[in-house]
Amino acid sequence: MLLGRTANGLYWMNRYIERAENMARLVDAGLRMALTRTQSASEEWNSVLLSAGADVAFKQKYSDYTAANVADFLLRDTSNPSSTMSSIETARNNARMVRTALTRETWESINEAWMALKRMLAKPIDERDLPTVLDAIKRETALIRGSFYGTMLRNEIFDFSQLGTYVERADNTARILDVKYYVLLPSISWVGSTLDNYQWESILRSVSAHRSYRWVYDADYKPTNIADYLILNVRMPRSLTFCYRFLAEHLKFLGDDYGERHACHATAEKTQTMLRAGSIKDIFDAGLHEFLANFIRDNTRLGDEIAQDYRFY
Amino acid sequence: MRLAAFDEMLPEVSGLRRPYLAYDRWLKEQDPARLTEKMQDAERVFRKTGITFAVYGEQEASERLIPFDIVPRIISGNEWRRLTQGIEQRVQALNAFLDDIYHRQEILRAGRVPRELIAKNEAFLPEMIGVRPPAGVYTHIIGVDIVRISEDEFYVLEDNARTPSGVSYMLENRETMMQLFPELFQKIKVRPVENYPQLLRQSLAAVRPQSTKGAPTIAVLTPGSFNSAYFEHAFLADQMGVQLVEGQDLRVVDGHVAMRTTEGYKQIDVLYRRVDDSFLDPLTFRPDSALGIPGIMDVYRAGNITIANAPGTGIADDKAIYSYMPEIVEFYTGRKAILGNIPTWRCSEPDSLKYVLEHIHELVIKEVHGSGGYGMLVGPAATKKECEAFAKKLAAKPSNYIAQPTLALSTCPILTDKGLAPRHVDLRPYVLVSDRIQIVPGGLTRVALKEGSLVVNSSQGGGTKDTWVLDD
Repeated sequence: MLLGRTANGLYWMNRYIERAENMARLVDAGLRMALTRTQSASEEWNSVLLSAGADVAFKQKYSDYTAANVADFLLRDTSNPSSTMSSIETARNNARMVRTALTRETWESINEAWMALKRMLAKPIDERDLPTVLDAIKRETALIRGSFYGTMLRNEIFDFSQLGTYVERADNTARILDVKYYVLLPSISWVGSTLDNYQWESILRSVSAHRSYRWVYDADYKPTNIADYLILNVRMPRSLTFCYRFLAEHLKFLGDDYGERHACHATAEKTQTMLRAGSIKDIFDAGLHEFLANFIRDNTRLGDEIAQDYRFY
Repeated sequence: MRLAAFDEMLPEVSGLRRPYLAYDRWLKEQDPARLTEKMQDAERVFRKTGITFAVYGEQEASERLIPFDIVPRIISGNEWRRLTQGIEQRVQALNAFLDDIYHRQEILRAGRVPRELIAKNEAFLPEMIGVRPPAGVYTHIIGVDIVRISEDEFYVLEDNARTPSGVSYMLENRETMMQLFPELFQKIKVRPVENYPQLLRQSLAAVRPQSTKGAPTIAVLTPGSFNSAYFEHAFLADQMGVQLVEGQDLRVVDGHVAMRTTEGYKQIDVLYRRVDDSFLDPLTFRPDSALGIPGIMDVYRAGNITIANAPGTGIADDKAIYSYMPEIVEFYTGRKAILGNIPTWRCSEPDSLKYVLEHIHELVIKEVHGSGGYGMLVGPAATKKECEAFAKKLAAKPSNYIAQPTLALSTCPILTDKGLAPRHVDLRPYVLVSDRIQIVPGGLTRVALKEGSLVVNSSQGGGTKDTWVLDD
């Protein structure tokens, strides 16, 4: 038996852990772009901010798109509720609230990540230290994930945690694609200019997939392959299909355990079926942007339904 | 002013005391540098585990550690037996007093406790008149604060009969000591405290409502994760294997208190609440309380839920009532109190007030309803100005204060940069009441870390020690 409030805490704890890491990954990709292509750096930072959903808030505070400003805003600014620091803080507050549902190892890994990042992000980051800081963020969240997978019982507590992780991850991947969807459109360039190549690599880098892409597809970046990889590949851990495979699975476990199906089951299955049946050509033909916009909307609705169906409030 | 205090390890007169013999032998073999390292290890363990408490009004330091000292406080089996007899008697009297005060009030009729002390007291809940809690137990969990001033003299400083805290520190301190010095526990037979959560659970289950079918559902009610004792609430719920709930999780459904789960509302039979009386039910008490459950008092009066501790137990540990405890113990148990009270002047009485004002520099003066070491004056440690200011407050509202002599609380050594040094300590053993009374052999030793200080409260710079009761 699980309190609705606890399920809510587990769900958001995991969304925020995922988000803390995603911010670091986005900054990482932006940094790489800025280092290799100084001319369009500010444009690149702008799409990083768009992917992070933080462009409006950023513009209220800064006028320059520099690595230092963006990194500060996305990593350590506590006035930005989605920054890594804010996210890890919110994740820890949720973990504290649901502490009785977590193994000691899981709680300690979150608490230690919070302590380490608080220390590391206390002062503005020297640009030279940025790679070290980004590595540290990824390492801390990896440790949390490791303790979690290694020690948690696979019960409803695990299910609600995973729902949070995959709803957040699907949202993140879809947003990254949507911000850059135009560079993937075949009408612009089939050949792939140098600029396109950088853009494509940047997309893959923001989901830590620039190496694994080559294991699956050709060594050359092709926009349809990239879109296929991030949307339809079943084995790529950040693809939309992968996320929905697990969302559907954990919802099914909950439905079986409780002996009750809800609206969220239908929503998740509908998206899963759509992804399974789809080919990347169909998606491009119908419009990549429209596809992604619909996906993001449905994914948000799934989150709301889960909260309602399982009495989070 | 320095008080000549009784040191529990090494009194000046008689030399090393028996309970510390084995520990002292071990200590002498240790490398001081290693001990300092262990001290730092302990702090790391506490931080990592998140055993912290919140200090109100301090933004930055909103999560602090209670300093932990690695020198144990050791009590012999004999000393413990004497203490437990006294505590048992006192706890029986407290429950009998509560039952009486909310029913026939015989002690008032007999003139042993003044009527106005009850009627005007905020801790007295008229809503509890005539209510008999399940199994007849009012105060289920009690933390009796005990001080020692010599080889044979123990006094009760306070009876915490509402929602005593600190038991998680008793458990974590032991856990930490066993991690740091496993070899010590092989050499010295220390009675275990680890089963406290199981005992608590059994004790709570034993006082379930009569109407409960099957195994009772127990929950711990916390004000939330921003409460100063939240760690402890979570810890106890976890160790007992019960739900940790907040007011927002609960509502009254079909005459029972129920919690909102992912599968709908589920009935609760026993609620170990760590929320104050006034926040418990906005329909009965503070209407602005968001921490409680509207209507829980109706469920309680109908006998459909056990609330531990019962609402209204505060009347038994009120500082104004405290001074009557020797009479209360005798009235209900028919015997003289085994554990004494500290002599107390009630400032509401003109003669006492006069004495207190004249001797303010020698006395400890406390607010009747205060807690946590706030709002008190330690005369000998205060400046002339502080005493004068306090005297004014006292004269303006005498009934708000009691005064006690400044006792030379016993000391116990702590490890400092310069080696061992004596510091004042007190002791809070934890008592569980159901169909029986159980006292876990140990407790929380609080220690004033500042040299010469008598204030052991964690909110005022106090620390804690592991407390050993020897199996001898």
